[in-house]
Order: sequence, then structure tokens, then C-alpha cells
Amino acid sequence: MAPLVLTAILMIVPLAAGTLFIALSRAMPVVLWTDALIFLLLAAMAAYFWYVRRHEHLAAPWRRVAASSVGMSALVVLLAFIAVGLIDSLHFRPRLAQPGAGGEDVHAVQVLSLLDELARGLRSRAERTYSAPLATRAYSKEMLELADGTQVRDFPRLAHGGAHLKDESGRSRDILARCLAALALALACWGVLAAVLAAALARRSRARFGDTWRALLGARTRVPWRAMLITAGVLLAVAFPAAALSARYHVLGTDKVGQDVLYLALKSIRTGLVIGTLTTLVMLPLSVLLGIMAGYFRGWIDDLIQYAYTTLNSIPAVLLIAAAVLMVQVQIDTHPELFPTAAQRADLRLLFLCIILGLTSWTGLARLLRGEALKLRELEYIQAAHAFGVSHARIITRHILPNVMHLVLIALVMDFSGLVLAEAVLSYVGVGVDPSTISFGTMINAARMEMAREPMVWWALLAAFTFMFVMVLAANLFADAVRDAFDPRLRMGN
Amino acid sequence: MTAYIIRRILYAIPILIGVNLITFALFFLVNTPDDMARMQLGAKRVTAEAIEKWKAERGYDKPMLYNGSAGGTAAITDTIFFEKSVKLFVFDFGNADDGRNIGYEIATRMGPSLALAIPVFMVGLAVNITLALLMAFFRATYLDVWGVVLCVAMMSISGLFYIIGGQYLVSKLWNLVPISGYAGGVDSVRFLILPVLIGVIGGIGSGARWYRSIFIEEIGKDYVRTARAKGLSEATVLFRHVLRNGMIPILTGAVVVIPLLFMGSLISESFFGIPGLGSYTIDAIQAQDFAVVRSMVFIGSVLYIAGLLLTDISYTLVDPRIRLE
Repeated sequence: MAPLVLTAILMIVPLAAGTLFIALSRAMPVVLWTDALIFLLLAAMAAYFWYVRRHEHLAAPWRRVAASSVGMSALVVLLAFIAVGLIDSLHFRPRLAQPGAGGEDVHAVQVLSLLDELARGLRSRAERTYSAPLATRAYSKEMLELADGTQVRDFPRLAHGGAHLKDESGRSRDILARCLAALALALACWGVLAAVLAAALARRSRARFGDTWRALLGARTRVPWRAMLITAGVLLAVAFPAAALSARYHVLGTDKVGQDVLYLALKSIRTGLVIGTLTTLVMLPLSVLLGIMAGYFRGWIDDLIQYAYTTLNSIPAVLLIAAAVLMVQVQIDTHPELFPTAAQRADLRLLFLCIILGLTSWTGLARLLRGEALKLRELEYIQAAHAFGVSHARIITRHILPNVMHLVLIALVMDFSGLVLAEAVLSYVGVGVDPSTISFGTMINAARMEMAREPMVWWALLAAFTFMFVMVLAANLFADAVRDAFDPRLRMGN
Repeated sequence: MTAYIIRRILYAIPILIGVNLITFALFFLVNTPDDMARMQLGAKRVTAEAIEKWKAERGYDKPMLYNGSAGGTAAITDTIFFEKSVKLFVFDFGNADDGRNIGYEIATRMGPSLALAIPVFMVGLAVNITLALLMAFFRATYLDVWGVVLCVAMMSISGLFYIIGGQYLVSKLWNLVPISGYAGGVDSVRFLILPVLIGVIGGIGSGARWYRSIFIEEIGKDYVRTARAKGLSEATVLFRHVLRNGMIPILTGAVVVIPLLFMGSLISESFFGIPGLGSYTIDAIQAQDFAVVRSMVFIGSVLYIAGLLLTDISYTLVDPRIRLE
């Protein structure tokens, strides 16, 4: 269960730091709907794991997950994404420097997140329009006035990207030097991390530090710490140079209005996470309740629920989502008075998208659970419970629900990656998130038109696709590890 | 069998009524026609007359469910519900917001949609089964392990990336085929080859991995052990016994999507400018043409129900032990 503790620390530290920051800077905390639900989900997960820790039969499959080196490496990547998403979920309205008439604090209208604050440099160092990654000059030629008054058409220097360079020919050397320095720092951090980990493990198992260290390096630990450390090292080796370079350059270039693409990609993570997790939050109660009820009670209840999901299923999913989103859009447009700020409106639309996706996607799991409940209700222990006069509600919660939980969990982790990918497609169709919400879908949509330009503006597309790919791949690999550990059919096969 | 099919068709009626009620509720009750008119005409500074005119042109000025002012059957038939929803049952779709007949549009756009969807489906099925069988043949070797890893990686790539990347590489960089567009007849091959290729490649990740798991499960069964025990070679076991039995879940699983091929594929049609039903739907969604969206929802659900029926029938065809009662 050691990875759990690590996870908890990784989650709590940014949240605590963020809360502290908001309190110290006397900003006005803003809790958007999706923020509240994310923290609710986090609390639910914490409660679940606390419960699992105390029940050996529940903890056993998780131990198998913890022993999978691919799964745990994927988890490290996923946790990095989640940490960024969480930092981006602490919203506040910054305090203005000018106090009000009575000396009280006045807050800006703009809602920022802690990530915005941390990446303030990225946010404020905007160019006028496109610029390539690490470029010092703009993407297109403009009329420039030279010092002697003559005018030439040339690529203008960027306002921020590489502006510290007196001589542009030194760019490669400057970039290299910064990268090497950052890599050295990353290596140092990584070494400290590994040493702390080994010390903690040695302390826990009451072994000598040297022995633990050798076991760690030789991958002889039960939890694949070495694989996790290597993954973390790769992450650090990418993140540190990117952070170091982004102070002086636009690491991934800038988009049409000059925004830093790295900043956009980081902001998109939260949108993807929200859609991937909150949708399941909506879907889960529906599919668990209705699926089990249909299988357990049979008869007219079964007919009714089957009718409901066949009907919903028969409507093409994209069209149903589109229809529902268009309806929400009309409602939002006709009732502007309900949304005080643009951030709240965009957030509510994101929430509605999750609800709609949840309402259209509960049918698959419900059908699975119905089949499982049909099988379970005929088993002897349930018949015995009946004979003892145990109520239906109690049989369902005490005897059926725990025995289908593994299916629910597998569906939960398997759905995540599909939902992240679906967001991009839906945004392309025009029924995704609010156009003002930064997401992978809106990034791709905006960059798609620039394919035809010569030379091509490729960086925004590539950044969106790469971030999305890494996130979805990590989720898929982790989901596979979870499924392998929880699916009893697979385990018997081995 | 005939009795079963008739009963299943009858069973489809309440489902279609349900679909109709859901779309009616979504399109007319949650949003009144007034809202729609305001959306279409621009939310601000729109006069009441303009809204009334917009509604009258499209027949949205009638009462929702019951027309008290009209006598006899007209009290039921001269309503939005009857005009816009009930008439879908006889495939009378009415006109789109631009005045064109939806039924005619659907009939002409079905051809290009099928020209793209059928090759993607057939070639994709063949490729996925071949790859899955190969992985099953080399199971538990590096070839299999890396094949699965590759499948997971391919699954994790956004479908949009395949399209955009393919267009860039094949059309822009290598100049092999046009980026987008469509022409009738033999000429269409030039325009279809890239979307078909991309459709197939995009489906390999999940398809091949899924079929592999079906084959692997099949390999663990008793009859395979028997076949090996009587001295058959591994290749014979795999290609003669496992392939045939594995095809049952694969084909019956694939049958359900056959009718839906008529709907076309939303994303690739609109990226490649193919004038099929998929791009029609996307255009309608983007133009917020609710009449078209409603029609496509209805057609989609009819085709889905047809797919379920075909699945049941195909079970009896491939497995004589199953009888439909």
C-alpha cells in the first residue's frame, strides 16, 4: 500500500500549497461547480482506499495492480497529469493592488486558477501572432522600420521569445546551456527522490539502507519502484528543461493570437480530466442502480429498464449528445442573467457536457450489471438470504453490490481514456466544451485551419495530440493493469 | 423464425415511439420554437414579427400536441407533434431550414456514404482478423507482446490525428491524392482511397486487440486441446478450428453495425469533403438545423434496431444450436 501513501502526498501537497497561497494573498476563493465535484470525487476516492486498506480481500487485487511495472509507471505519468489538473482546479479572484474606498480588498472580475498564477510568465509573455517553437522571430514577414529610417520586409523579432539574446546566432548555444543546466538540476532532484524513497523503504522494512538501495536498483522490490523511478526521471528530464526554457522562449511556439502553446496544453489537461472523471460520476449511479435492479427484480421492472436503455442506445450517440448540447446552448443563450461571469458560464457548460455524456453512456455498464445480477440472484447464498427474510434493499447492497464492484471499477478506468478522446471529436463537431474553455478539442479545432499555410503551423496540433496521447496512453495502460488484477476470469486463465 | 422476426419488428414500434418522444421533448418542449427562431435569427434585436414569420414558414406556429381551434381529427393532426414527429414513421421528413427536401437529400447522399463506409468495414474486418490471428499464433512471444503494446498505443491516438496526419503526409507532402473532395463514378476511387486507408488504420488498435482476446479465449477451450492431442499442427488448429469458432462472436458482433453504415462516418466525411450523410449531419448540427438532426436521429434508431434483429438472425445462421422462438 506504499504507493497509496505516495499518491496521497502528491495530491495533498499542491492543494495545501494552493490554499495557503490564496489565503496569504488575500484573494477571493472561487469554487466552480466542476471544482467542487472534483474535490468530492477525490474525497470519495480517499474514503474508498481507506476502506480498502482495512479489508484484505479488497486490498489483494490492488496489490496485484501495485506489482505491475507497466501499470505503476503509467500511474506515475497519470499522477503528474492529475496534479496539474488539481492545481488548475483551485480558482480565485486575485486581489487588486488598489484597495476600495473604505480600505477593503477589491477583487478582479477575472477568475484565475493556481496554475494560471504559477504560469504567470507563460500567460503574460504573449506575442502578437504565430511563432514557431523556440523561435526568436515571428512566423510571417512584416514591414519593419530600421534605425536609420528605411523600411524593409523581414521577420520581426519576437517581443518575448529569445528577447534576451543580443545576437541571435547564440540561440542554439543558449538553449543547450539552459537545457543542460536544467537536466543537471533534474538529475539532482531525481537522485534526492531515489535516496528519500530508499530511506523510507529501508525504515519501513527495518532493513539496512544499502540493502534496500541494491534491491531497488536490482528491481527486487515487490512494488516495481525502479520502473516508477525511471518513469519519474523521464518526466523530470522533460519537465525541467521545458520549464527552464519557457522562461525565455516559447517552448511549443505560440498560437494565432500569440498565446503560449505550452500554457494552452497545460490548461487542457484539466478539461480532459474533468470530462473523463465527472462523466463516470454521473453514469455510475444510473448504471449501477438500474442495471442491478433490472437483473435482480426481473419482471416488469426489467422490461421497463431494458426498454429505457434500448431506446437510448438506439439513438446515435453523437446525435443525442449534439441534440442535448444544442438545447443547453439555447438555454444558456436565452438566460444570460443566470451566469455572472464568463468562467462560470463556460464551467457550467462543461458540467452539462459531462452530465449529457453520462446520461448517454450508462447503458453499456447497466447491461453488463444486469447480466451479472441475473446470475448472482440464483446463487445459493442469495437464496439463503431470501429464506432468512432479508429485505431486497439489504440483499442488493450487502450481497450483490460487493460482487459486481470489480466490473464497476474496470468500467470506470476503461471509460476514462475514451471520454478524453471523445471530447476532441465533440469539440470538432461543435457540440463540445464552450469555445472559451481551453481544451485539446478547441486547440485542435483552432489549429486545424492552419494546415494549409505555407510553411505549415504544426506546433499547436502536435502539442495537443502529444499531450493527449501521453495522457490517454497512460490511462489505457493503467486501466489494463487494473482489469488484469480485478477480472477473475482472466486470473483463472493464467 | 418468421413469427419471431415479425414479433421483433412489432417490438421495435414502442422503441421508435420512445425515440420520437425523446427527440420531441428535446427539440420542442425544452426549447420552444421561439427559442429556435431567436437562435437562427440572432439572439438580440429580433422583432416578434420576424419570429412569427420564421415559425410560420417552417410550420412551427401550430400548437404542440392538441389543436383546440381545429375540429375533428385535425385537432390531433394539425399540431407540431403530428406534423414533425409522427410523420417520421412514414419517412416523411419535411424540409430543412434551407428549404430543401430532407428525404431527397438523404437518398442522394447515401451513395457516397456507403462508398466510404463499406470498404472501411470490409477491409478493416479482414485486416483486424488477420493481425489478431497472427498475434494469437505467435502468442506469448515478443511479437505478440509488442503487437499488443502497439495496439494500445494506436488506440491512444486521437482519430483526428490519423486524419490530419494522413492528409498532411499523403496529400500535402507526397501529393498522391487530393486532400478532399468527391466525384461520382470511377473517379471517386481517387478521393476515397485515403479516407478508407485512414479509417482502417484508425480501427486497428481496438479491433485487432479485441479479436486477439477472442482468439486467445478460444485457444484455451477443450476442443483445441483435443485437436492438438490428435496430432494436428498448430497452424491447422489455428486456421481451421480456432478461426472458424472465433468468427462466430466476431461476425455476430460486426453485424450490428452493418445497417449503421448507411449513416456514414461523421468525422472523416466532413474532413474529406465527401457529400454523404455524415457530413450532412455535421453541417446540420453546426447550422443548428433541428429538422435534419431529428430526421437523422430517427433513421439512426431504425437502423440500429435493424442491426439488433440482423444480429439475432445471424446467430442462428452460424450456430444451428440456437433457435429463435
